[in-house]
Amino acid sequence: MTENRPLASIEAVEVGLASQGYIASRQIATAVYLSEQIAKPILVEGPAGVGKTELAKAIAGWRGLKLIRLQCYEGLDEAKALYEWKYAKQLLYTQILKDKLGEVLGGAETLDAALVQLHDFGDVFFSKEFIEPRPLLQALEQPAGCVLLIDEIDKSDAEFESLLLEILSDFQVSIPELGTVSAVVPPTVILTSNSERNLGDALKRRCLHLHIGFPEQKLEERIVESRVPGISQTLRRQLVGFIHEVRTLDLKKQPSVSETIDWARVLVLLQAFELGHDMVRDTLNVLLKYESDIEATLPHVTTFVAKASRQNVFG
Amino acid sequence: MQENLHRFFRAARGVGVHVSPAESIDAMRAVARVGLSDRGILRDTLLLTLAKSEDEKKALAECFDLFFSQPAPSQPEQADEAKNSRSAPGENPAAEMMHDLSEDLSPLAQLLLSQDRAAIQAAIANASGAASLSDIRYFTQRGIFSTRILEQMGIRGLNDDLEALAATNPVLAERLSELTEALRDNVRDEVSQALMLYGREEAENLRAEILRNAPFGRIEPRQVEQMRTLIRQIARRLRDRYSKPRKRQRRGHLDVRRTLQRNAAWGSVPFLTAWKKRHRDRPKIVALCDVSGSVARVSDFFLLLIHSLHEVVSDVRSFAFSGNLIEVSEILKSKGAEDAMRDIMSKVGFGSSDYGNSFADFERQWLATVTPQTTVIVLGDARSNNLDPGADILRRISERAKRLVWLNPEGRLTWGFGDSEMRRYATFCNAVRQCATAQQLERAISDIVATYR
Repeated sequence: MTENRPLASIEAVEVGLASQGYIASRQIATAVYLSEQIAKPILVEGPAGVGKTELAKAIAGWRGLKLIRLQCYEGLDEAKALYEWKYAKQLLYTQILKDKLGEVLGGAETLDAALVQLHDFGDVFFSKEFIEPRPLLQALEQPAGCVLLIDEIDKSDAEFESLLLEILSDFQVSIPELGTVSAVVPPTVILTSNSERNLGDALKRRCLHLHIGFPEQKLEERIVESRVPGISQTLRRQLVGFIHEVRTLDLKKQPSVSETIDWARVLVLLQAFELGHDMVRDTLNVLLKYESDIEATLPHVTTFVAKASRQNVFG
Repeated sequence: MQENLHRFFRAARGVGVHVSPAESIDAMRAVARVGLSDRGILRDTLLLTLAKSEDEKKALAECFDLFFSQPAPSQPEQADEAKNSRSAPGENPAAEMMHDLSEDLSPLAQLLLSQDRAAIQAAIANASGAASLSDIRYFTQRGIFSTRILEQMGIRGLNDDLEALAATNPVLAERLSELTEALRDNVRDEVSQALMLYGREEAENLRAEILRNAPFGRIEPRQVEQMRTLIRQIARRLRDRYSKPRKRQRRGHLDVRRTLQRNAAWGSVPFLTAWKKRHRDRPKIVALCDVSGSVARVSDFFLLLIHSLHEVVSDVRSFAFSGNLIEVSEILKSKGAEDAMRDIMSKVGFGSSDYGNSFADFERQWLATVTPQTTVIVLGDARSNNLDPGADILRRISERAKRLVWLNPEGRLTWGFGDSEMRRYATFCNAVRQCATAQQLERAISDIVATYR
């Protein structure tokens, strides 16, 4: 894996992710570096919209690997995640075989001989030919390795977790009819979770546990800078300051990084240079997704804007 | 460093982070890759590999800061270096003079007089290592560990020096005795810190154990919050044990789709059959809780437990009564434990209990909530103040329900004495259990949930 040299150090990871527009904190970079060094998956937890899924995309983009994504949901099972037999194709083959049966068995004199010949065919049905690989199996079969993103694992059933254990610890799956399939190149595995339910200890034990919270002000400013290049420095600083104030309120859904970026884009489109009271009131619906949250925030807008612009003077 | 990491793992277990051997191996491997030069990275690495949730991360981060704030038992050569730097012509001539005077004193006395704090701290750390300070578990062991460490450092020699100096050089003796006191303080701090690091787990276990077996009625107000935490832990344990959907042993209908798929290779001649599985019902619970003065505390914890079990129990209706009966499910759902209880108490609490009247209230308005899948739990001391016990109503409830369980905070001995109607009620109950401590409560609930499996 000499082409993977960029993973030489934690700094290199940080630079690499930044080249994809993903500004990583030191902890995230350490996690990515470690996961590669000791070949362990990363389990990313945190509120919605802080860039959990983005992280996997950034890694894939930076290292030029294919991203294979498995979106989890309730009722997701083996047949949709791992592999499935191509039933229709198997059925078709049986039909064809039926017609050809006479020819195939033509040479057989006795029943025993016919059975022996049939046995040779029997195994054909459960061979790679008839397997439909689903994301997990696809990930193991990539010749150049890949980034496997198992998104929102907390949405799946507890049984599905157990199915993942073999892949996560040994990068292999067992298919009863075929035997064990090992990864050509161990994939980089990222699991994300919104902590909707507690994951099993067995799963957690096999992963590096990374919690991404809301970023610090400086880091968030850098993220906005990289994602919304057209924004002025003054506005950027005020905007991030304002959002940090909003996060101190008791809201149904706190604005996360993705909302910050959306809002920054909106303000740039509106050609704002500074955060104004009216401007904020009019665009607050970009930032907050619940009517009750907007109502809770409105009375504070003036103070928050003032605080944010004061910060600008001293910051 | 390996030794230090092992000590850190032990400290981590102390703050409640589960570190299995496999995890400690992973952590070691990770640390080997990132090196030890950058403290921040080391911290991140250990947090990533050991902690499994946000709470654990927080606890572990605190533990890390505490652990690495004290110098690790250093290697002898480091101590030597410290000594060398000290004997170099220093900026402290007074100490130099003292040093000359104290040529024939014990090494510890010399060390103290040198006032080299790093070296003293390192010596303490070394002595703690030799006294296996990391084995400390209980606060009662503080004295013995302090003594052991001081002895390890050579306090005997120091005392001899003090006696000898008292005659020859009182000034130096006084100075030395001051320093000795300071040393004792340092050692005491060191031991306290070690107790915080390594003893927390044992202390927590001990406290939890005492709390589990303490009668609810007799715990002090300051322990209520701890008890709530304990109840939440119990709820989590019960949830973990019972929340997985149970598949029925007996199979249900034929699953046509899966049967055809499975037999496709044989032209859909069904050699292998696939069956649909049905899930078991989850428990439905109707809880009637006495909240009169004598049982209020127990009801409080009982309701808290029952309502933290939504993953396990599909449907809970709770009712509270003393003189009369009201439904409290909504109050418990919408408010925190503390507020909800206060609200309930202001509505029906603190009266003298009237079981007959309360059962009649229930029968009149809510008897329909009891179905053949329901377990009815009555929690109360069955002391009806010599009023009509309403046992016939209880019989009718019992006939409708799957099970009727009575939990009584009083001991078996007192049942049926005085105004207790327990014996009369017991004939209609499937089970009567004493329920005065957290442990008994856990067992009772666990049994009730288990009957649905």
